[in-house]
Amino acid sequence: MAEAVTEGGDDAINLAREYEESGIGGVLDQLDRELVGLRSVKSRIRDIAALLLVDRVRQRLQLTSEKPSLHMSFTGNPGTGKTTVALRMAEILHRLGYIRENHLVTVTRDDLVGQYIGHTAPKTREVVKKAMGGVLFIDEAYYLYKPENERDYGQEAIEILLQIMENNRDDLVVVLAGYADRMDTFFKSNPGMHSRIGHHLEFPDYDADELMSIARLMLEQQNYHLSESGEQAFSEYIDRRMRLPHFANARSIRNALDRARLRQANRLFSEKPTRISKDDLMTIEAAEIHASRIFTEGKPDQDPV
Amino acid sequence: MRVTQGTFSFLPDLTDEQISKQVKYILDNGWAAAVEFTDDPHPRNTYWEMWGHPMFDLRDPAGVLLEVNACRKAYPQHYIRVNAFDATNGIESLKLSFIVNRPDEEPGFNLHRTEGPGRSIIYTTHSYAAQKPAGSRYG
Ligand SMILES: Nc1ncnc2c1ncn2[C@@H]1O[C@H](COP(=O)(O)OP(=O)(O)OP(=O)(O)O)[C@@H](O)[C@H]1O
Ligand SMILES: [Mg+2]
Repeated sequence: MAEAVTEGGDDAINLAREYEESGIGGVLDQLDRELVGLRSVKSRIRDIAALLLVDRVRQRLQLTSEKPSLHMSFTGNPGTGKTTVALRMAEILHRLGYIRENHLVTVTRDDLVGQYIGHTAPKTREVVKKAMGGVLFIDEAYYLYKPENERDYGQEAIEILLQIMENNRDDLVVVLAGYADRMDTFFKSNPGMHSRIGHHLEFPDYDADELMSIARLMLEQQNYHLSESGEQAFSEYIDRRMRLPHFANARSIRNALDRARLRQANRLFSEKPTRISKDDLMTIEAAEIHASRIFTEGKPDQDPV
Repeated sequence: MRVTQGTFSFLPDLTDEQISKQVKYILDNGWAAAVEFTDDPHPRNTYWEMWGHPMFDLRDPAGVLLEVNACRKAYPQHYIRVNAFDATNGIESLKLSFIVNRPDEEPGFNLHRTEGPGRSIIYTTHSYAAQKPAGSRYG
């Protein structure tokens, strides 16, 4: 009996065990491993995970009945990792029991808004129904709102979403994503939307060193690496690419590496060496980088859409 | 007289929680769920009105419940059922169908006997509700 009192009685909760059992540690580690940088985003996600874990215990002890608001906004430039983080977020929410399915549906305006009167509501509802139980990720959410056209059907989609976000809080988590400045404008003109968002996460642009680490990570995952001169060339590529228009952070890096792999294959093929080592097959040389239009014409290569 | 059509109809009405579990079973089997309604309870009335399209590729029953509740709101005194359709090639059939809403009063059926040749009798059932025009049959 005395022992029970010192331990806090029947109420004693082992938070460490709760954490263990939820398995979110593994997800957070994976997030650390697969995403370079993003310190602020990662620490926000840890905070949110901790809050939700504690909240779950509080609910069990009937200290709270309010479910925390889980709708979020992810703001940042293209290729800063929003979609990737959203996938991990879905997994965390699922492991903590806040959503029933580890399931993320990504949509943009075209998936929600119709072309004629009466088209939008069923379209939006269909998307919502498919996402139910999981996370609905709306990319470039501000395109839903077009103030210059007062009869735009986007408003109808917004209204349905607002209703669902309020009435079906147990069934669906909505994540709105897009550029920071446009998202701000969107929230200013849609205060109802803003008030339903519980967490705002900002995704900063990567600096040149981070982009280089991202490149190494991406290559490593595909069993490639840059030669020494290749590293130098790519570092210069990054410097130049960052200053040109349509720079899309990690996505630009991925695209550049895809093209470099293509050129490497071409080089190996045209040289047709009689003997070729495993390392040859894995190495990207400076030539593959220097062939980019960035170096030859000072323009970005045509990105695949 | 309580209409008994489809699965579970001899049981007390399903709660929303029980409906959700049945719908989860439907979705886990990869079947499409559809909501239908009618105010003609005759057993040979096979094709009810469709409430929206059948729902493919759902993961969670909440989406189906959303439609069930919207249909209940529009037609509180109608029969509403959930159907499960298996679209697998070669099957393409209904797998499960159950009532999720019914009118408060179910007046039942009149059994009409017609004398045929010899001593044979032809039986016909008429639902009392269907004697009124469609749309004003219940409540
Ligand atoms: N910090 C990072 N470390 C490693 N890879 C990253 C990082 N950030 C993004 N990536 C990779 O870059 C690519 C683009 O990332 P993602 O699609 O998540 O960005 P996004 O912000 O959603 O972009 P967009 O706004 O264009 O949709 C993905 O292949 C992703 O794996
Ligand atoms: Mg994205």
